[in-house]
Amino acid sequence: MRITEEEVRRVAELAALALRDDEVERMAKDLDSILGHIDKLNELDTTGIEPMAQVLFEAEETATLREDRERPTLSNSEALRNAPASGNGYFKVPRVIER
Amino acid sequence: MKRHTVGSIRQALLHREFSAEEFTREALAHAERENPKTNAYLTFSAVRALAAAEAVDRKIAAGEDPGALAGVPVAVKDVIVTKGLRTTCGSKLLEHYIPPYDATAIIRLEQAGGIIIGKTNCDEFAMGSSNENSAFGPVRNPVALDRVPGGSSGGSAAAVAQGTAVVSLGSDTGGSVRQPASFCGVVGVTPTYGRVSRYGLTAFASSLDHIGPFATTTKDAAALLEAIAGRDEMDATSASAPVPDYAAALNGDVRGLKIGLPREYFEGLASDTGDRVHAAVETLKKLGCEVREISLPHTQYAIAVYYIIATAEASANLARYDGVRYTTRAASSGTLTEMYRETRDQGFGAECKRRIMLGTYVLSAGYYDAYYIKAQKVRALIARDYAEAFEQVDAIVGPVSPFPAFKIGEKVDDPVAMYLSDIYTITGDLAGIPCMSVPCGLTTGGLPVGLQILTSHFSETTMFRVANAYEQAST
Repeated sequence: MRITEEEVRRVAELAALALRDDEVERMAKDLDSILGHIDKLNELDTTGIEPMAQVLFEAEETATLREDRERPTLSNSEALRNAPASGNGYFKVPRVIER
Repeated sequence: MKRHTVGSIRQALLHREFSAEEFTREALAHAERENPKTNAYLTFSAVRALAAAEAVDRKIAAGEDPGALAGVPVAVKDVIVTKGLRTTCGSKLLEHYIPPYDATAIIRLEQAGGIIIGKTNCDEFAMGSSNENSAFGPVRNPVALDRVPGGSSGGSAAAVAQGTAVVSLGSDTGGSVRQPASFCGVVGVTPTYGRVSRYGLTAFASSLDHIGPFATTTKDAAALLEAIAGRDEMDATSASAPVPDYAAALNGDVRGLKIGLPREYFEGLASDTGDRVHAAVETLKKLGCEVREISLPHTQYAIAVYYIIATAEASANLARYDGVRYTTRAASSGTLTEMYRETRDQGFGAECKRRIMLGTYVLSAGYYDAYYIKAQKVRALIARDYAEAFEQVDAIVGPVSPFPAFKIGEKVDDPVAMYLSDIYTITGDLAGIPCMSVPCGLTTGGLPVGLQILTSHFSETTMFRVANAYEQAST
């Protein structure tokens, strides 16, 4: 196995996912089989190849910059409209700091 | 309801054969009536559609140009946000999400007179190749109802194939427009990366995501692309290259065009699919194209590269669904961390979880260089394969999918087999080049096959010219 159930639980914690025990087992099996396919990349020597992080093409230098000016944004009530819990203009979450 | 095109609707409106409002009412009623057969739509948007139709009618009455898409019923994949209109991304997590803004593509298609009649079903967060990963049930292929329509933009492809929308919008990250187009027998286009603004396209893998059109003809797909393409200051990766007049390029003349057949694209093809694609290549030869074999040697590594890069980006993009901002929070009285984890566990389907997990794993300490950086380097090699090929040829053609539409349920238990079926579409996304699927006949079992056409960055005009010439010659 390329990935153990223990590793799956650790990654699930990093990903903020609560996996049930049966999900952990299945996940380990699936990830193992995908990682097995991915191992194929080790056949290739990539020494000296620049990693490609983004599709790039010719563009003027300032193409990614927009004018720095004020513009209307979402109102507070619009921004909160889809919140499962809100109050006094804020998103509400379970208590984080204990007294 | 009679089959219409963008052009036939425009003519009928300008000759006052019907008003946009009458036509929209009829289109909405037809789509709602037909939907139970396929489950292509998740939401209908009668109020918004009729308001848009009235605007078109007012312009016509005033003698103004009603726009290139005047009165055209458009279906929109439910990963593209629409202000005030539910946008679920095919996920239980967003079942009740009402976006506070419109995607740029939505604004532009309505400015061109297009009428959004509904939002279409898709794999959850566009992750899938069969539309079976939707939280709202699979879509059935209108050509064969026991089969998948492909994915992830299955609903948008099915809507056009079923005739309930004249054109539609989908999104393509690894083949999610072209593969369902090929399965449903319609045209599907993935434009150059950056050609269409991604503002308002729910992010899956940001360096790979594209919005792209579906239609029954290349001409209509090109008209929709032209309406939505171009620089948008809300998306820093959108390209400032001018948008050509695509219709003017559809002159049917492909004499002397050099077409490359990648030998790697013809290995492991179902024989029926291979036969149809080879027949299409013969047609292109008869039209005067010069066909030669080429090689894209890194094709075999594309799936591995894709499932590292796409899942890594997805794991970051899907972090925002945390139970705080987007409608759904698990009923848990625990801590903040437990709330995040329970919300995500209950909200995401199995495929999303698998990809979030894989993406988190390949980005985690100790694996980042071995997986993520390695994948980015091989991505560069795949892009270089295409760049070198386009020094020899004007366009590349091949299959879209190794096989036609499969039965619902047939492949759900083997994620790797499902991933491998994207082999011919993923490479185009990794390189960011324009590519499309155009129908090229049926298998002996009566299932549609798609011909894929790929060109170099921003050469959509050449791609459309080849597709249109082929359509003219084959119908």
